Amino acid sequence: MSARTQDQTDPLERALRRVRDEEPVHREEASRAARRLTVRIADEGLADIGYGSVDSPFGTLLAASTTKGLVRLAFPEEDLDTVLERLARTISPRIVEAPASLEHVRRELDEYFAGRRREFELAQDWRLMSAFARKVLGATYEIPYGGVSSYAEVAADAGSPRGSRAAGNALGSNPIPIIVPCHRVLRTGGSIGGYGGGPERKRWLLELEGALSPAGGT
Amino acid sequence: MTDANSTPSVRSNPVDPVGAAGATRSARLAQPGWRGRPAGPRARTTGNGLPPFQRFLDAHSECVWRFLVSSVGPTDADDCFQETFISALRAYPRLRAGSNVRTWVLTIAHHKAMDAHRARKRRALPVEDVAAVDGRTTSIPQAPDDGLWDAVRELPERQRSAVTLRYVGDLPHREIAQAIGCSEEAARRSLHEGLTKLRKVVSV
Repeated sequence: MSARTQDQTDPLERALRRVRDEEPVHREEASRAARRLTVRIADEGLADIGYGSVDSPFGTLLAASTTKGLVRLAFPEEDLDTVLERLARTISPRIVEAPASLEHVRRELDEYFAGRRREFELAQDWRLMSAFARKVLGATYEIPYGGVSSYAEVAADAGSPRGSRAAGNALGSNPIPIIVPCHRVLRTGGSIGGYGGGPERKRWLLELEGALSPAGGT
Repeated sequence: MTDANSTPSVRSNPVDPVGAAGATRSARLAQPGWRGRPAGPRARTTGNGLPPFQRFLDAHSECVWRFLVSSVGPTDADDCFQETFISALRAYPRLRAGSNVRTWVLTIAHHKAMDAHRARKRRALPVEDVAAVDGRTTSIPQAPDDGLWDAVRELPERQRSAVTLRYVGDLPHREIAQAIGCSEEAARRSLHEGLTKLRKVVSV
């Protein structure tokens, strides 16, 4: 520890340490260099997942894409770090912020929210879904814009006619809401049922698509 | 080495370049073994509990930047920075959670800095001339004690590395030794020799 005691008094060592403790210019330069880096990583496809924010009528969504396509869309109340850490654990920790790589997601969602798009063309990656969820959400994906179905029907389409509760759980775990239209699945009998982003959002989406009248009936 | 917190684990980590002393250090970073994508779509162990790379970058970019500006100067710092983190990105999924990641990334940065110094020697042009030829100018204002850092950059390789890793990287002697790939005693000696030389050429 004599070295450390000496450091405090030795002017040369103090001067050498100054570059670490002072000069905030380095902080700005470092964050600029880091931004150049993430742009390059995205351009050269070096990361396994790129993420960025997407504005929506519900607030700012988080979109994350693998090399195959959109893998996750998270509503504003979901914690960014929690979502990213889960992606790191389940897919790969090679995750960087890459807003430019999500431009097509932003554009299609903008068009959808403006009522100008009825089907999404963007590439998707369904790897976060379990085998069963993939069947249920696959059946859900077939429900057209403006249409609705029921938990029992999608359960039957997924090959599990008595599994409407399990189907409900699978829909609730949908990693790519809106794009995979779990909002089009209602309770048998027509009441709106639950929704990951809250029932008001579900109603809003169904009204946008013309499946529900704004008055609130079915 | 299973104890991820003990410093030797950094050295023996299969993805870690620390043990790779010698002229081929950076070449090792680029070996195919480093790349391998996660085995399959639902591979379970991919993350190893590591934070997303972006968080790792956020946490260490400033430290690496300061180290590189000090070690290679502002002109080459950006290239070295990019190379450092791209190598780190490649190796990242196989890094053990709980490893000393700062030592790990500074070791990579140290190797890139040495490559830059060697390349510059081969070019046999002073930095200022290279900047003029490239038409690149540094956007970094000259710090008041720049003479000191010019002198640091003139030190022999190992002394320069020891001084920058110690005072800018804030690494203890043991980890400086790992980064350089020498004994702790040799690292101490290089640091001491570097400081002695600096005292002769600069007045602070």
